[in-house]
Amino acid sequence: MRKEIVINPVTRIEGHAKVTIFLKDDQTVKEARFQVVDFRGFEKFCERRPFYEMPNITSRSCGICPVSHLMASAKACDQIVGVTPPTTAVLLRRLMHMGQMIQSHALNLFHLSFPDLLLGMDSDPAERNIFGLIEKQPELARQGIKLRKYGQELIEKVAGKRIHSSEWVMPGGGKWPLTKQNADYLHSNLPEALDITVKTIAFFKKCLDGLEDEVENFGNFPTYYLGLVTAKGGLEHYDGKIRILDAEGKIVADQLDPVTYYDYIGEAVEPWSYMKFPYYKPLGYPDGTYRVGPLARLNIASHCGTPLADEELKEFKKLGKNGVVQSTFHYHYARLIEILFCLEGVKEILEDPEVLSERVSAKAFVNNDEGVGVAEAPRGTLIHHYAVDPQGMILWANMIIATEHNNIAYNKAVTQVAKKYVNGKRLQEGMLNRVEAVIRAFDPCLSCATHAVGQMPLEVKLIDAEGRLVDRKIR
Amino acid sequence: MTTTTVTLKIDGLEVTVPEGTMILKAAKDNGIIIPTLCNLEGLSPYGGCRLCLVEISGSPKLFPACITPVSSGMEVTTKSERLTEYRRMAVQMLLAERTHICSVCVANDHCELQSLANQLGVDHVLFERKWTNLEIDSSHDFLVIDRNRCILCTRCIRVCDEIEGVHTLDLKLRGKDSQVIMDLDEHWGSSCSCTSCRKCAKVCPVGAIYIEGEPVSHTKHKDIAEFITERRQRKWKR
Repeated sequence: MRKEIVINPVTRIEGHAKVTIFLKDDQTVKEARFQVVDFRGFEKFCERRPFYEMPNITSRSCGICPVSHLMASAKACDQIVGVTPPTTAVLLRRLMHMGQMIQSHALNLFHLSFPDLLLGMDSDPAERNIFGLIEKQPELARQGIKLRKYGQELIEKVAGKRIHSSEWVMPGGGKWPLTKQNADYLHSNLPEALDITVKTIAFFKKCLDGLEDEVENFGNFPTYYLGLVTAKGGLEHYDGKIRILDAEGKIVADQLDPVTYYDYIGEAVEPWSYMKFPYYKPLGYPDGTYRVGPLARLNIASHCGTPLADEELKEFKKLGKNGVVQSTFHYHYARLIEILFCLEGVKEILEDPEVLSERVSAKAFVNNDEGVGVAEAPRGTLIHHYAVDPQGMILWANMIIATEHNNIAYNKAVTQVAKKYVNGKRLQEGMLNRVEAVIRAFDPCLSCATHAVGQMPLEVKLIDAEGRLVDRKIR
Repeated sequence: MTTTTVTLKIDGLEVTVPEGTMILKAAKDNGIIIPTLCNLEGLSPYGGCRLCLVEISGSPKLFPACITPVSSGMEVTTKSERLTEYRRMAVQMLLAERTHICSVCVANDHCELQSLANQLGVDHVLFERKWTNLEIDSSHDFLVIDRNRCILCTRCIRVCDEIEGVHTLDLKLRGKDSQVIMDLDEHWGSSCSCTSCRKCAKVCPVGAIYIEGEPVSHTKHKDIAEFITERRQRKWKR
């Protein structure tokens, strides 16, 4: 008799993870666990390095969202040197971070998730990838690649490189100004990116009609939501203060200083995963489960602050009770709205004459012993916290990666999906793909790079009650 | 005054250069580039990195081109499978000796060691890596030395002594344990002889000495020693 099913590795996500599904005697699902099997050790090997190397080192933890690490890290370094970066530096940092959001969200949607949504959860795994999408929906795939390219170009034109553009970032600002030529280039390509996004949103909303079942059962459960908001409660990615919302839409805490995150965020550890389990301290572990990321940000934000994104946000909020959307499936929709918000934001910044100013850095040396930098990464609230000696060498570092905040929610979500779709008696590939798909909806970023699509094997092991291997399938 | 010249062959090309010229310079002046990490025009030759090893007909030994003077009738080979193999080995030994991680190095994409490794196709280090964890000295206002990235080429020491003329920098210890020090092994910030001229950072081929907060691409200026030497000789050819 089967006792557990292991999905190892989970495919089309960033990093390595496996899912273990525990079965009851009647072969129905008892529980499922999302286990991160990677160990990185960044917090340890950063010790004794100069603080200003931290943006460079920590951003290497991820090839998808290095800019978010650069931002959180640079902000922590700003605090260590005790300076406020010049306005232009902040505009440029925001600009490249918007590029990050656009390219990362486009990657998740078009390359990783749309194959499931548009080709079908039960379609042939050999075709259920970006190449299958290119074959079936060539225009959509092309547009997705174009949109991602625009995001990457934003990063490149500001900071010199598309990925790991850490040379530009420095404590107190950035190293060189934006050229007029680069600003003009970005401005001239903006309308096409906006057009693609608007069309994709319309297309996505049409697709939702056939996916009611998934929307209903994909990690659809009440949790708290956490993220940064502006002083007026609007959507914010680079700066701002922390807001926590409950499942009913009530603001539990607002305008919390992200610098003192340790006062309200605790980190639990489980022996079966290398990923920590952050929780909202006043509610304890695991009751203080909260979600971060695009869904959480749109749930907590009262408005976006840009016209097109605000229109979409109104529609988005109608999907949930009291404006709180619970289904993890809607992370996808939230991502699209955020792309729109970022593109409108890019326009505003590029049209601000201040963006071309040559004053992009404030220089200072170590003036504070500690620094905390918080930014909204594509996947949620990212926290970097460093302590330094008088020479600026790192004494210790603590990083709470966006994906970690959702850890408790992942486990709830895989359990919910497994209970709904998986049955040990008649195991089918499409059932397990749904378990993976709910993880993809969160868009976890478990390590530092994307894996080649369709290359990683999916191994499913069936183990009986005595621990014997009954069946093993490799995709 | 007449200059005595000698004629020799480098990679089959007949070249005539002043007597006493080193093979490396004779080759460079005739468009043949021999890789090197420690040699720098304007500074005395050192012969430390062993990347400029060349073959000379009639001898089974390999000769460092930077400290071997030309002689009449000499036949030099600068490119061969054997030389490439030795150069690859030398680069791997340099990479293995300390902590070289290009991806997080300040000199990434602007590093002579990295670029040489690329040119020679060094994509793996076959020796056991030491992963040193030496102290980083960032006590100076803006100059930083990370000895974990130092390849002991001594360019910084020579430029400090021969061009700036203060000899703040020197070496302590021996062999692989050697370390660049300031004055009598003091923190850089406490050095009373350092003039903060930045030449050490300008000539460092890797990311060992750099200026905090400045892109390495802006700092690096390895022709500085030759430039100053020529100016002192009242040569205005540039």
